[in-house]
Amino acid sequence: MHGHRHPFFVRLTHWLAALALLTLLVTGAAILLSHPRFYWGETGNLNEEPLFTLPLPASRGSVPTGYGFVLADQNGWARSYHFLSAWLIAITGLFYVSLGVASRHVARKLVPNGPPPPGTYNNLQRVTYLLVVFAALPLMIWTGLAMSPAFVAAVPFTATLFGGQQSARTIHFFTTVFLAAFLLVHLVKVYQAGFRSHVTAMIFGTSKESQ
Amino acid sequence: MSTTRRNLIVTAASAAGVATAAKVAGANGLLAPDGYGQSLTYAAQRLATGHAPAREFDRSQISAKPYQNGKPPSQADYQRHVSEDFANWRLSIEGMVDRPLTLTVADIRAMPLSNQITHLACEEGWSYIAEWGGVRLSHLLEQAGTQAAAKYVIYFSVQASRWDSIDISEALQPQTIVAHRMNGAEIPTGFGAPLRMRVPRQLGYKSIKYMNRIVVAADLKSFRKGLGSGAAEAGYQWYAGI
Repeated sequence: MHGHRHPFFVRLTHWLAALALLTLLVTGAAILLSHPRFYWGETGNLNEEPLFTLPLPASRGSVPTGYGFVLADQNGWARSYHFLSAWLIAITGLFYVSLGVASRHVARKLVPNGPPPPGTYNNLQRVTYLLVVFAALPLMIWTGLAMSPAFVAAVPFTATLFGGQQSARTIHFFTTVFLAAFLLVHLVKVYQAGFRSHVTAMIFGTSKESQ
Repeated sequence: MSTTRRNLIVTAASAAGVATAAKVAGANGLLAPDGYGQSLTYAAQRLATGHAPAREFDRSQISAKPYQNGKPPSQADYQRHVSEDFANWRLSIEGMVDRPLTLTVADIRAMPLSNQITHLACEEGWSYIAEWGGVRLSHLLEQAGTQAAAKYVIYFSVQASRWDSIDISEALQPQTIVAHRMNGAEIPTGFGAPLRMRVPRQLGYKSIKYMNRIVVAADLKSFRKGLGSGAAEAGYQWYAGI
């Protein structure tokens, strides 16, 4: 991104989103370990055949995992921080999308429009960023809310759209896998392109090396 | 205006805004007993979901194999109640009520029966659908003459660490019941016999099994550690609508 300057709102929302997503990922993994089995439809439990089981140890002795040990229960704090970071990512996302659309940042920098000018994101990067912001993250929030008994009481459609609350939980997991893969590729690419200059540019807007 | 001065004003205004929000939330009963971090979700869900009833399902959607999660109490006391078919089990309703009650299971079975086919989801991630039958908590509160200043209903199990509470609006919700029937029969011991709370708009841990005591109160501070539930004392969330 030589000669490119990240606007302030992009830098701010980037790091807030990074903090929220990292917390969501870690706490989500902790929550997952209490029941690393997935189902389809409305219901699923240890008496029912799972759609698939992750080959992980569990934090509950009742879950048959094949491992001879049970992990410590981390669900309490993990759930608290999961919901707090979900608020952070939702508010950050709304702020980014509003400013990004209003300032035409999204239209100019992210929407593919023929061969990209030199020094801007290529079309694969553009499509990926659009997918993350406008598909994966909204889907995460939607399927997350579909697991909330009170929210589903008020808006049953959040759960029924996917065929039930367990289906929503399974989609929540697969979307996490997509976002984790994105995060990994993103970090590798930033490393390849010059970690120091790119991180500096994302903090200060620009850096000596990147100009 | 200098940047420092502007920052100071913005900070002061934000602090005042947060303090006002906390005060308004507190005055409207929207603060969770286990902390401000939980209150954001609690207040938002309370305002967004109002009195929306939990989804009810068709009889054909009842789970063939519900999961009971844990064993019935092993104490000799509970085993004696089982062998007596719970003839000596009592449920007391006390606290901010005009007429404290002590009811037998037979008393409760004689009360108007309310049925529901609802989803029970555990915070761990598993769930099942079952039909529950019981008396509306609102009916019991009316019988006992709940006082106007009451804000919470606290309920206890014979299992010492199992107790919980809900706000009065959740308590008066018609689907909040003291259940004594499950899938067309008396509740099996593994699922909470003879009486369990059913709060279908919150996660399963709010639906306390083996219930023998209900207390009506204006605040939760005087109950054990003041967090409003055994789950919150164990690090979980008092409000379990999410």
